[in-house]
Amino acid sequence: MKRDLLSALFIARKDLRTEFRTKEALNAAVSFALVVLVLFSFAFDLERDELYDISGGLLWIVYVFAGSLIVNRSFTREVPNDCLDVLVASPVPAWALFLGKAISSFTLLMVVELVSLPFYGLFNNIIWLKTFWPHFGLMLLATWGITVTGVAFSAVTVNVRLRELMLPVLHYPLLIPLLIGAMEMSTSLLRGDVVNNEPNLRLVAVFDAIFTALSLYLIEFILVT
Amino acid sequence: MREKKIYILAILGTILMVATMYDILVRMPDEAQQGPIGKMLLVHVPAAFAAFTFYGVAVWNSIRFLAKKDFHADSLAVSNVEVAQVFTLINLVTGSLWGHIIWGIWWTWDFRLTSQFMCFMLYLGYLLMRPAVADATQRATMSAILAILAVADIPLVFFAIRLRDARMQHPSPVLETGKMDPSWWPPFLLMWVVYLLIGGALISLRLRQETVRREMDSLRRELHAI
Repeated sequence: MKRDLLSALFIARKDLRTEFRTKEALNAAVSFALVVLVLFSFAFDLERDELYDISGGLLWIVYVFAGSLIVNRSFTREVPNDCLDVLVASPVPAWALFLGKAISSFTLLMVVELVSLPFYGLFNNIIWLKTFWPHFGLMLLATWGITVTGVAFSAVTVNVRLRELMLPVLHYPLLIPLLIGAMEMSTSLLRGDVVNNEPNLRLVAVFDAIFTALSLYLIEFILVT
Repeated sequence: MREKKIYILAILGTILMVATMYDILVRMPDEAQQGPIGKMLLVHVPAAFAAFTFYGVAVWNSIRFLAKKDFHADSLAVSNVEVAQVFTLINLVTGSLWGHIIWGIWWTWDFRLTSQFMCFMLYLGYLLMRPAVADATQRATMSAILAILAVADIPLVFFAIRLRDARMQHPSPVLETGKMDPSWWPPFLLMWVVYLLIGGALISLRLRQETVRREMDSLRRELHAI
């Protein structure tokens, strides 16, 4: 078990090292997040109070769009030179391989989110520093939910035609409950309410628990075929 | 034998549907408060029940495929999902028509409407993905996994929307309050049986197509090997 967890960390380190060397997905995802933020600023001409009402929604739409670019790469990166076959044939169990991929995608998406958060505040005049730490906790939880399901779908769609199109079609509807919880809680936190968020927090945590367990169990079937 | 089964199910379903629809539309009195549109419940709710029945069979067969690698289970799963989608669509469209007349709007993001719509979207993804996977084993495995992930998500959507907006716009005379008039139960249950019979016929038909396609694929592979 300990060895498998270590293998997962090695896989994550390998992926992160590859990504930080080329910065392909990272640069694209950060730029994409910024472009979407700019578009939103033009799309909604709202008063400050109204803006706070939709602040959580705006933020998580940006994050989930950027997340698609990150998770899409997690398994497709291994397709050239048959690297995926080698990884599957290696003594690393499928769940550890998946966990490693999920950890690396999670780290990358967190970087994208943390870089775009100040721009989001700047463009929309939203004060996010006051409740940064509780919001950061929510970001950790909800981003894990996005990446764990996204990486599972990335594995599902790795051999699918038009995989870049299929991934969001499959992934976004599944994320609805997580996003509802995260959006509601973000809006509430950005308004300065740090107390009344327990039901939404529980929803995000339950989503994470269910889909982490399911993905870790089902990944064996996905990768072996 | 299978063809005979399809005909029997379809003919039985059609006869029962004509009789039940006659009963609903002509013989039954209108709903006291809503008028004739209130009878939409007898078409709308059994469609949802039939869809859930077929989704349930699909998920069960998806689990069976993963456990036993039985391609017949995969064919059963996809046939059930396709037919369940049709009944979900009937449920959504009839609900929307009813909503337009009673609420004055075609749609609202109530938790039942949203979870039903998301159910439709999730399994639409399932159906869209299947033709995009070339290998039969991969296609069946990925589909089975999608079916399982989707079914785990639907209760969460339901609770998420309920949490967000506890106001319940959708009426619940059948499952929660149980206030449906006792005389409405026989046509209600008969409509469910009608949907199951017609759905069963469509599933058998679709299953035959899937079996023939699998046989053709295998023959094609053999031909390539030669």
